Amino acid sequence: MHEFNYHKAGTVAEAASRLAASPEARLLAGGQTLIAAMKMRLAAPSDLIDLAGVAELKGIKVDGGQVTIGAMTTHAEVAASQDVVRAIPALALLAGSIGDRMVRNMGTLGGSVANNDPAADYPAAVVGLGATITTNKRKVAADGFFTGMYQTALEDGEILTSIAFPIPKRAGYMKFKNPASRYAMVGVFVTETAGGVRVAVTGAGPCVFRVAGMEQALAKSFAPAAAAGVKVPADGLNADIHATAEYRAHLVSVMAGRAVEQALGK
Amino acid sequence: MAVRLTLTVNGKPVSAEIEPRLLLVDFIRDHLRLTGTHIGCDTAQCGACTIHLNGNAVKCCNMLALQAQGANVLTIEGLARADGTMHPMQAAFRDHHGLQCGYCTPGMVMSALDLVKRHPDPSEEQIRAELDGNLCRCTGYHNIVKAVQAGAKA
Repeated sequence: MHEFNYHKAGTVAEAASRLAASPEARLLAGGQTLIAAMKMRLAAPSDLIDLAGVAELKGIKVDGGQVTIGAMTTHAEVAASQDVVRAIPALALLAGSIGDRMVRNMGTLGGSVANNDPAADYPAAVVGLGATITTNKRKVAADGFFTGMYQTALEDGEILTSIAFPIPKRAGYMKFKNPASRYAMVGVFVTETAGGVRVAVTGAGPCVFRVAGMEQALAKSFAPAAAAGVKVPADGLNADIHATAEYRAHLVSVMAGRAVEQALGK
Repeated sequence: MAVRLTLTVNGKPVSAEIEPRLLLVDFIRDHLRLTGTHIGCDTAQCGACTIHLNGNAVKCCNMLALQAQGANVLTIEGLARADGTMHPMQAAFRDHHGLQCGYCTPGMVMSALDLVKRHPDPSEEQIRAELDGNLCRCTGYHNIVKAVQAGAKA
């Protein structure tokens, strides 16, 4: 790992001013991706600004039909939160399926979403539930937040502070895990709300995406077969030693059907 | 630029000047000479480096020592009683032959204790699911599951 300067921020404002002071500075959330990347020298920030001491970035509250989760809340905290389990059980299940127990005790919602790994779980929930991302500067709708592989709408110096997830009528999340990394080879988040159905897919492509055809089919009939019956083209999907693009495309339909089953409590 | 790190390890206060890039596992092994915490894969996959940070199991090869600033750290060396009597979970691993080469064992025991805290009477299925962040290349896991079940009851 290359050398860097370490700063522990006490507030979001302090972290923002540190971030503005050095162009090569990075924020440190749980570090479950960033520390590994720094060890391999894939990342070499000049400065690390540790957010672990920023109390305003932690916590879960349910209010006004939505669950708002602070960026520094860990996956283990989300998975264990009775508020989340009651309001959006699929979100608690998703958080409890990330990595392994030790990773979930360190990794955070904000870190995962800001990193936007193509196989991360949380982007599927953020887009699938139509969440709103709050930063230290503005609010961004989920549909405009994830812009490409490891790319988001976050600008230089912008800090993700919390995410508000609207409570749906029902939702489900199913993923086909890579057995070694537990990352999603394909993960599908399905949500039914009063306003319609949303289907968000992670792991299959370079970035989380919605499947309009499945949303329309599920709006007509919210049943596993309706989702599984919609085929997704393999063009542009990820292909690697674990699965071809065609295999991933097939998995999208299968996982979508299972996510609907889970949403229906079957 | 060296930074002062102060924390509690196995109940004892510890303080040192360290480089920010020092990993917690290297601080524990090389500075404190507590070599029971192992480095297996060094990529946060195998779980041999599992310790407790403020009561939660974490992989200390994948975090900076400075992320434990002010924290309460428990390593495998902190489990046995002062007179050397093993912790019941350690004893269960011995009694049920839950190890062969022993390399993964400290991490297995630390993960098992985190698991038992949340599931006091875990099923075989729960143990297998919860230990998915700890790899063992000797045992086939069968006796580890038995050991954890027995350790939970002890």
